[in-house]
Amino acid sequence: MFDFLSNYNDPTFLGAFWMTVKLTVFSAIGSLIWGTLLAAMRVSPVPLMRGFGAVYVNIVRNIPLTVIIVFSSLGLADIFRVTMGAGGDVKLQAFRLAILGFVAYTAAFVCEALRSGINTVPVGQAEAARAIGLSFSQVLGLIVLPQAFRAVIGPLANVLIALTKNTTVAAAIGVAEAAYLMKGMIEKDAQTLLIGAIFAFGFVVLTLPTGLILGWLSKRLAVKR
Amino acid sequence: MKLRKVSAAAATALVLALTATACGGDDSSNESGSGSGSGGGDKIKVGIKYDQPGLGLKNPDGSFSGFDVDVATYVAKELGYEPKQIEFVETKSADRENALARGDVKFIAATYSINDERAKLVDFAGPYLLAHQDLLVKADSDIAEGTDLNGKILCSVTGSTSAENVKKDIAPKAQLKEYGGYSECIAGLQSGAVDAVTTDDSILAGFAAQENYKGQFKLAGLKLSNENYGIGVKKGDTATVDKINAALEKMVSDGAWETAVKENFGPAEYKNEPAPKIGDIK
Repeated sequence: MFDFLSNYNDPTFLGAFWMTVKLTVFSAIGSLIWGTLLAAMRVSPVPLMRGFGAVYVNIVRNIPLTVIIVFSSLGLADIFRVTMGAGGDVKLQAFRLAILGFVAYTAAFVCEALRSGINTVPVGQAEAARAIGLSFSQVLGLIVLPQAFRAVIGPLANVLIALTKNTTVAAAIGVAEAAYLMKGMIEKDAQTLLIGAIFAFGFVVLTLPTGLILGWLSKRLAVKR
Repeated sequence: MKLRKVSAAAATALVLALTATACGGDDSSNESGSGSGSGGGDKIKVGIKYDQPGLGLKNPDGSFSGFDVDVATYVAKELGYEPKQIEFVETKSADRENALARGDVKFIAATYSINDERAKLVDFAGPYLLAHQDLLVKADSDIAEGTDLNGKILCSVTGSTSAENVKKDIAPKAQLKEYGGYSECIAGLQSGAVDAVTTDDSILAGFAAQENYKGQFKLAGLKLSNENYGIGVKKGDTATVDKINAALEKMVSDGAWETAVKENFGPAEYKNEPAPKIGDIK
């Protein structure tokens, strides 16, 4: 029943899911960094930065992800010739462009999750920190963000799970991940239900543990107030 | 009525999901039966592509155009249906076999290449067009042979076999760039980000014949493979196959076939093959 899975060599079944994992991990790291910076901008005392953060988040999170990913390839790569340091390697370039798109998009959601976490930190904490002479970046980095992160592990887990599933959009620009392989398989084997079920199961295997572990962590690490 | 249709569809989906077999056939035929009954007058559902200019395209105003559409309209007329009785349904490549098995459409005219694997699942009438895998390049490009592609960037659609054929047999050092649709490839070709686009020459000609690309591209004329387009019919429905074959023969003999080819591919200076011998499936 499953012997057709071994008919595929480029990518193989496991290779395709490995690509999904790589896309997810790199994009998650990137969007955590960029999202944190955006959140810092949104709560900063500088109006220009607050404005930039708000405009960025509200625009980017309202653009369909497919549009962002296809634009990163058609617009950035094909028209503006951004090569992402991949030399002439088209596949590597598509992979990096996809990550760039995922980071740009997911960071908006990370930023908003984090901002809600910052709101859970009592104002007195920041006031006390300022009173002992800490600068804005010290207040944020030492006092507010550590507490905020512990409050939003649950919401960030949701963003991570959404990101894992969103990586399937990369198939639109030819990144050989799970959805890419699935498309080829359905076209060649015409076993839509079986193949669909296998790939759905693959994603459950990826995301269920993520949800369980981070859910457990969020309970353990939450700041009890 | 709408609610009933939705719940019937949901029930069908549930049955299919639970049994994961083809047992849902009865349900879906009932459903489509009641659907066409409420429409008033007989309708025929025909599967086409919506996104291939020159072959099967849904225009912004909701009308349909292309060679496949012309053939389907002619065949439907011979089967006793006026153009306004035809309901065109989008059948994507991956869903064609299922759409026929479920009875969603009476027949499919959608760049459906006849091959052995597919012939096991559906019956084919035709062939009605012989296409060849080819390359579309810029009008001033120096790519003349398949081997010229080595070191160049070749664009095709995710999951299509044509690009794999080129990489495996003709130009192993060509780089493959893949998009969700051919339109993106054509845009890349226009901007110079890709050097060539590959698929059937009829599809490429359809794109090149579009108003905004006229004169910019040319076909390399490589004839890398033979693709015989057939009209897909539900497995075992030989009566319909015979009727469609008779219609296609009439279309070729009365000149409507030639006219349709010239109209749809003409602007791309596509040198079409003569009409294939109808009924010669192998």
